[in-house]
Amino acid sequence: MPTVTMNINGRQMSANVENRTLLVAALREDLNLTGTHVGCDTSQCGACLVHVNGKAVKSCTMLAVEADGADVETIEGQANADGSLNVIQQAFQDHHGLQCGFCTPGMVMSAAALLKENPKPTEAEIRNHLEGNICRCTGYQGIVNAIMAASGQSVAMAAE
Amino acid sequence: MAADGGMGFATKRREDVRFLTGRGKYTDDYSPANTTYCAFARSTVANGTIKSIDVSVAEEMPGVVAVFTGEDFVEVGGNPAGWAIVSRDGDPMKEPKRPVLAHGKVRHVGDAYAAVIAESLAEAMDAVEAIEADIEELDAVVNMADALANNDVLVHDEIGTNQCFDWGWIEDNRAATDEAIKNAPHVTTLELVNNRLVPNAMEPRCSIGEYDPGTGDYKLTTTSQNPHLTRLLISAFVMGIPENKLTVHAPDVGGGFGSKIYHYGEEALVLAAAKKLGRPVKWTSTRTEAFLSDAHGRDHVTKIELACEKDGTFIAFRTETMANVGAYLSNFSTATPTFLHGTLMAGNYTVPNVYVNVKAVFTNTAPVDAYRGAGRPEATFSLERVIDKAARELGINPVEIRRKNFVKPDQYPFASAAGLEYDSGNYDALMDGLEKHADLAGFEARAAESAKNGKLRGLGVNSYIEACGIAPSNLVGVLGSRVGLYDAATVRVNATGNISVMVGAHSHGQGHETAFPQVVADMLGVDPMSVEIVHGDTSKIPFGMGTYGSRSLAVCGSAVYRATEKIIKKATLIAAHMMEDSAENVDFADGEFSVKGTNKKVGFGEVALKAYIPHDFPIEDIEPGLEETAFYDPANFTYPSGAYACEVEVDPDTGKVDICSMVAMDDFGNVVNPMIVTGQVQGGLAQGIGQALLEHGVYDENGQLLSGSLMDYAMPRADDFPNLVVDHSYATECTHNPIGVKGCGEAGAIGSPPTVVNAVVDALQRGGHDVEHIDMPVSPARVWEAMNG
Repeated sequence: MPTVTMNINGRQMSANVENRTLLVAALREDLNLTGTHVGCDTSQCGACLVHVNGKAVKSCTMLAVEADGADVETIEGQANADGSLNVIQQAFQDHHGLQCGFCTPGMVMSAAALLKENPKPTEAEIRNHLEGNICRCTGYQGIVNAIMAASGQSVAMAAE
Repeated sequence: MAADGGMGFATKRREDVRFLTGRGKYTDDYSPANTTYCAFARSTVANGTIKSIDVSVAEEMPGVVAVFTGEDFVEVGGNPAGWAIVSRDGDPMKEPKRPVLAHGKVRHVGDAYAAVIAESLAEAMDAVEAIEADIEELDAVVNMADALANNDVLVHDEIGTNQCFDWGWIEDNRAATDEAIKNAPHVTTLELVNNRLVPNAMEPRCSIGEYDPGTGDYKLTTTSQNPHLTRLLISAFVMGIPENKLTVHAPDVGGGFGSKIYHYGEEALVLAAAKKLGRPVKWTSTRTEAFLSDAHGRDHVTKIELACEKDGTFIAFRTETMANVGAYLSNFSTATPTFLHGTLMAGNYTVPNVYVNVKAVFTNTAPVDAYRGAGRPEATFSLERVIDKAARELGINPVEIRRKNFVKPDQYPFASAAGLEYDSGNYDALMDGLEKHADLAGFEARAAESAKNGKLRGLGVNSYIEACGIAPSNLVGVLGSRVGLYDAATVRVNATGNISVMVGAHSHGQGHETAFPQVVADMLGVDPMSVEIVHGDTSKIPFGMGTYGSRSLAVCGSAVYRATEKIIKKATLIAAHMMEDSAENVDFADGEFSVKGTNKKVGFGEVALKAYIPHDFPIEDIEPGLEETAFYDPANFTYPSGAYACEVEVDPDTGKVDICSMVAMDDFGNVVNPMIVTGQVQGGLAQGIGQALLEHGVYDENGQLLSGSLMDYAMPRADDFPNLVVDHSYATECTHNPIGVKGCGEAGAIGSPPTVVNAVVDALQRGGHDVEHIDMPVSPARVWEAMNG
């Protein structure tokens, strides 16, 4: 079986995988990085979204062998160096951007990709960007609010 | 007193930190040493006779360690229905056996008939392909009316009919309701479909079976909303494993919405396989399998009649419904279209006559069971659509016709014509709030603005009531439940003063780990962060009936409250002993015990420590330790209610519906954590709007699921919604539970579908189209056809 070596969250990691092994399976099964989730089998849900060489990638759409030599970022590497939540993660907690937490790693990684490209997205741009990430719990309101807040913008809060 | 972070505070969720950093532990994240992997062979036909299954090639495939077929489970029990329904003629409902694996026949696409266990998932999946199953395809029955009309195609041959039951509620009221409708000055009739939905929790189901041959102990790690109920079903009905030898652990669970209440055959299979192999066995559903094998929701075909005076005063509601139960009875499937639906058919109204007839129908489709709201969305949709139609026919404003018939605040407790006793509410106050918050008065101006842009704007309103806090045991027993529906909690104050609370409810998005400590901390005057919730593990928790029916806080939270009261009572005894006074003279407030009229006091933490180092206790009177358990069984359901408004714009050229605004005014009684409650309502609204505009589980006439993947089934995405406005500041307390709470989990999914459809029909009528109803999902094609057909 081929050996793939990736720089994951700043650490060199290797795994022996079959040619047919998906990147998400290598992360979860071989490297025990179970924060990246599998929510579907048609590349629709976005729960497996990671960054490969700085780009947002659904890790169920890529073979592990294709990621050989790549820089990969996953949810496990997102917190600040001191272990505290980063700006996006903190905004998700502050604005109730998650409930069951299953789609959350993909949402956070997707939000990070958006804000890298577009540091001050409008609400419509956020909703449009999240087309590839499905959440069944929140109605997306808390997620949209969190991304607005993480980009330093005011949040149109729903009444409580 | 409200400790900081106690009752009513929008405390940030502590569980978020692990979910946001990738440290959540869902079932599929567990891989015990030496795990084997399971894959299922599932039927590709909706109805078929299993002639033979040849597994000899599969057994020889690389990595394969075992293959199971239905033959291996003939001796074990079936997965039972939890509610026994009696037909109008007195006959018990038909209960065909639901086996672990199909045997003799397959009855729906996705019905599992064999399982392969292998060293890797890929090897198990490869071997499934090598199973030679000779299954003779038979005609399938998919349409409910066809299934009832003739017995040419039977889902279960042995029962001789496709009708599970023919239920009347309340049968004694049938004649009076018929008479009232016959003599009424005005009768509005509406035929409608409540569309089949696929729950699609984002985490697919997953189960890991383990067996320890040394002790004979089994362990099932599984995606469950109620691990104790799963243990009970496996122990008492399906496999006969003694409960004391079976642990069921539901760790972090990625959403449920009803679909993970039930015990499924895959859970029994991994346990049986683990015992046979002496190794852990893991099965993880694919999304495709989830579409085919998770219990679906809704799927009613209904005719409803509303009889009223010319002034809009309601006289009677009469409903005839066909409810699809699919190919097998799932655990709650018989309760959902009956007692969670028929009992709500008086709505928020003082209508004197209600009669509901429900025929439950077997079809060659996936089982149908409770999905967020469970029967109450179906009831609300029927009522609130026919009321809107009646208002239009009578020329009465939709808000006014509802107000005219509302139960008034001085009428509580109110005995509804559908057999429930509402304990509290104020529907006019909610409607007042809605009129203001949604600016109903400003609608015409907004409609004019939309017209300028070539769009048809419509306004829909709705009021709903639901029966939640599913319990009480005595009532649900009368209604057919085979279990009691109480809940349980143990509060364990540790010697150093921190507190573990073992609860029977399960949190899979609801935020119990944050909200329940708010209740305890408030009562004990301690830091909420010193209180930890333990849930999901039958080996750690006394018992529990789980999380569904918006019951966690109202029922299990009340058990937590009662157990904490017992803690205070015992701690008072200890404090009195410490202060050398009698318990009657000791007060407890703000985390401190004090002797009345003196300056003697002792803190809660000191009492906790003393409880575990009791050198001088009067041991006849005070036992050491500080731990109490309560089983709480309420006196009644709780009755959350609400008033919702939705504005839509319809594009007359394409039929596309855009939601401009959605406002939800809900009365949930007291609120423990307003942030969490708002999130629950928004999530429910999204599922309700999804049902109204997008989602549809569609089978073709051969029983093939056409919308069987996320490519085909229209799951709502972020850009399908406007900002969802939620207001739960108005509250009437529940009168019978100690926290005064009613439950909020399902409200949004119950209240929103009729609100949206009312708005779309309003838009079309304002645009000059003579459209009385459009079935959900209100897709562009359906709207366009309604306008141009």
